[in-house]
Amino acid sequence: MRLFRRRSDAPLWRDEFSVFTAEERYVNRRQFTKFLTLTSFGMLIGNLWILARSLFYRASAYSAQTIAAAGEVPIGGVKLFAYPTSQDPCILIRTGAESFAAYSQKCTHLSCAVYYAKEQNRLECPCHQGFFSVTDGSVIQGPPQRPLPRVTVAINDGRIQATGVDEGEGA
Amino acid sequence: MNGNPPQNRGLTAIDGAMVLIVVLLIVQIWLLSATLESFLAGHREAAIPGAIISGLLFLACLGLYLFVDRVDSEIRKG
Repeated sequence: MRLFRRRSDAPLWRDEFSVFTAEERYVNRRQFTKFLTLTSFGMLIGNLWILARSLFYRASAYSAQTIAAAGEVPIGGVKLFAYPTSQDPCILIRTGAESFAAYSQKCTHLSCAVYYAKEQNRLECPCHQGFFSVTDGSVIQGPPQRPLPRVTVAINDGRIQATGVDEGEGA
Repeated sequence: MNGNPPQNRGLTAIDGAMVLIVVLLIVQIWLLSATLESFLAGHREAAIPGAIISGLLFLACLGLYLFVDRVDSEIRKG
């Protein structure tokens, strides 16, 4: 059984480009419906691509990278760095005498650079007023739907090191 | 009583099918964006139901397209 039948034995162009006004209304609608169906197929391909990425997901391996000396950043101060590649801007915040927090600097809404607002003790995206918690990177307010990816840090021999990224999960 | 000529009845049926496809497409676009958002948030378990439902919506759209194709064919054949 053929799913897509030719309407007649006439040449294809007669089917697709009718010269009769009454038939043209049908041709236009059929072609538009075909376009919508192909768009639907495109959406399905998108979902299948996400499925393939999920099924073949492999957790990334991260190497340790020194960000700064422990005394280099004052309490409430920040240091910008790139991790795990030079294309991934991150922000380190010293939240206490011995506590640090680091996050990707890309807002999860539209990738604007977030900055630390010391007075409010939160990370703010200036583009669309998205606010994130310094504690766990979760969304406090605004259009972002996902928390900031958290960069795990460790202090070794007086140096602050980035050791990995909690992708998408925030805390 | 139905004074609607067959040509126009065919058009009405096609228009109805098109509206249904548009509604299904809107649902499918929302589904894709929601699944992507979920995937990027690290919730990979949403990908399988997302793909299955998207496949069903596509099959519904394809069925409606075949319906439009058949109505078009029958009306134009006379």
